[in-house]
Amino acid sequence: MMRTQLALAYAGNPGYLPPHHYDQIFSAHGTIMIFFLAMAFMTGLFNFIVPLQIGARDVAFPFLNNLSFWMTAAAFILVNVSLFIGEFSQCGWLAYPPLSETQFSPGVGVDYYIWAIQISGVGTLLTGVNFFVTIVKMRAPGMSWMKVPVFTWTAFCSSILIMVSFPVLTVAVALLGLDRYFGMHFFTNDGGGNQMMYLNLIWAWGHPEVYILVIPAFGVFSEVVPAFSGKPLFGYNTMVYATCSIMVLSFLVWAHHFFTMGAGPDVNAFFGIATMIISIPTGVKLFNWLFTMYKGRIRFHACMYWAVGFMVTFTIGGMTGVMMAIPGSDFVLHNSLFLIAHFHNVIIGGVYFGYICGMNFWAPKVLGFKLNEAWSKRAFWFWLVGFYFAFMPLYVLGFEGMTRRMNHYDNPAWYPWMLVAEVGAVLILLGIVCQLVQLYVSIRDCNLPENRDVSGDPWNGRTLEWSTSSPPPVYNFAIVPHVHSIDAFMHDKENGIDTRQAGAQYEAIHMPKNTVAGIAAGLFALIFGFAAVWYIWWLAVVGLVGVIATVIARSANKDVDFYIPAEEVARIENEHTRKLMAQAAE
Amino acid sequence: MAHDTTVQTAGHDEHHHESPVVFGFWVYLMTDCIIFGSLFAVFAVLRNQFNGGPTPHELFEFGGLGLETALLLVSSITYGFGMIAAHKNQISQVILWLGVTFLLGLGFVGLEVREFAHMIAEGAGPDRSAFLSAFFTLVSTHGLHVSCGLIWILTLMVQLMGTTEIPERMMNKLTCLSLFWHFLDIVWICVFSYVYLAGMI
Repeated sequence: MMRTQLALAYAGNPGYLPPHHYDQIFSAHGTIMIFFLAMAFMTGLFNFIVPLQIGARDVAFPFLNNLSFWMTAAAFILVNVSLFIGEFSQCGWLAYPPLSETQFSPGVGVDYYIWAIQISGVGTLLTGVNFFVTIVKMRAPGMSWMKVPVFTWTAFCSSILIMVSFPVLTVAVALLGLDRYFGMHFFTNDGGGNQMMYLNLIWAWGHPEVYILVIPAFGVFSEVVPAFSGKPLFGYNTMVYATCSIMVLSFLVWAHHFFTMGAGPDVNAFFGIATMIISIPTGVKLFNWLFTMYKGRIRFHACMYWAVGFMVTFTIGGMTGVMMAIPGSDFVLHNSLFLIAHFHNVIIGGVYFGYICGMNFWAPKVLGFKLNEAWSKRAFWFWLVGFYFAFMPLYVLGFEGMTRRMNHYDNPAWYPWMLVAEVGAVLILLGIVCQLVQLYVSIRDCNLPENRDVSGDPWNGRTLEWSTSSPPPVYNFAIVPHVHSIDAFMHDKENGIDTRQAGAQYEAIHMPKNTVAGIAAGLFALIFGFAAVWYIWWLAVVGLVGVIATVIARSANKDVDFYIPAEEVARIENEHTRKLMAQAAE
Repeated sequence: MAHDTTVQTAGHDEHHHESPVVFGFWVYLMTDCIIFGSLFAVFAVLRNQFNGGPTPHELFEFGGLGLETALLLVSSITYGFGMIAAHKNQISQVILWLGVTFLLGLGFVGLEVREFAHMIAEGAGPDRSAFLSAFFTLVSTHGLHVSCGLIWILTLMVQLMGTTEIPERMMNKLTCLSLFWHFLDIVWICVFSYVYLAGMI
């Protein structure tokens, strides 16, 4: 949509979107893509894969997890409500003041933004705490830190980043809200406010945020590449250290988002160099993946297509990032389309390719059947080619001085490049269509024998999640596995150990009960957010009291868990063993 | 009978993972700590932006402030007594000490509200200057936490009433609240020294 607008809006032609509408679209695009698409996709993968990889039956706090989910859902509903009732923010995905202050944005758009971010922020923060504690406390016996699968390591680092950075976002957006609701002077032009403080706060969250997203994508590739190369990951230790150093460094680079602030050469030099240093551990990872493939028995499954496409695309995006890390050149490129090309290059090439790769990889585990491979490969080619058509022209346009968020332009030299970018956008759209077809075809054919995943281990996987049936039983592991090395499951397979210990003496398993408290709290949070947007204070009070009352009621409820009897566990396990035997006999 | 045995062994099996609740809550408190850290940073940036309005010298007075601080610090001690009683399984004592802590905390919040009302009446509200915006936000965020703590104390008091022993889940709740309450004390010491004392020098 945005590219179509710019391909049309040349010279006298106003294009098909009026400026206000265009502003709302790019703000909503940024907000939805980052907060609700990427974050939600990531949390979904965490929830499913992390407990399985560490040999745990569940996360540390199942109720909290449920609550986080409904908070995020409530926030997303709030964003969508804004499409129908009122308007969404027109201030970009980070709502910089002073444009986002009441003086310049009197409508409810920014208020929708604020409350959606705050409610989903609660959900994300609780998720971070939950997975941190899960990984610290609930690893299977024998799984010391340096035997933890790389994807779980990346989930761990992401959780730490969430815990450290999301409170800062909460503060930044809350202060903006106080400015708007109570006439305070944090970021206003008058009264002693300081707009640059908002930028510092929001990017102290915002830069770690991009690593929160991309580090798990690295984790996905670190699982996929070894599995399809038939080799252990090259340099497991360096991979872990590289992940951790990226985590630490991501806190030391936020000012590179505004070198033009005028902080002076020393500050800019520090942040410029810190930014460039990040490329070193990232480079380490890239070489690790390449060396894992080197001399491996590579199966070019669709997952590997996405992985290799990622390596090439992300590397290009990374290099343009280093270019912009030089403060001098950033002064030229700041807020130009060069920047837009750069971050789409890393977010599409890194985060999106990574999550789609992970989806194809783990779908059999989650659903019990494999996704269609041919359509995934078609989607990959459209995405890859479309990506280069859509975003390479933006690098050129950035050099030619075209700035971001333009609704209309008069420079004839830009026009052909915009047309090329439009072609790219159409190709990407075809890629998305292919992915939808893939889902349709996969679900249609899910009962064909070649698509069913009976063994639970369709790719000859290396880590514990592949030792369970697909989909896994609700308790994940009937007998908690003992871990002897990195790639625990592969170790067991090579040494003829039955990780499942089929036929052992089963015991009753402790499980949390289902509860409506999470959805109730989410609903009340939604009511609160909506009321606060429209200044309906009595309703906001109802929502807030509702959230508190739900939590208290939940705390008073003593009947929160139950046991699955041993006979039931034995029945489920023996059923799976029987299927495995039948398959082996064929 | 057979059922009881299975449940017990299952419970024993899980003894490897002792309840992660207290650890998890401590981790959550650290994220709360970052919220306060950010607010302190904001206050540090804006502390001299008076916009021609009142300065700390004109606003703060020692009397009420000293009393507030004393109430909060003593409430930490009384909560500690409550925890000792909880470990001895003396439920009536626990309820008593929680009640004392509640009253002290309520006194603190009351004094703070009175101070704020006084300042706003004098025209020194949060919309007067950036300094006052930062001041009100930081101090009332702490006050809001204390108020949540008060609700929490009441909830636990009600849940304890009429019971004869303290199960593990209840003990975890008491321990978490204990961490929370002492944490707020520490934050208040920072607020007291950095916002009030340093402002008055």
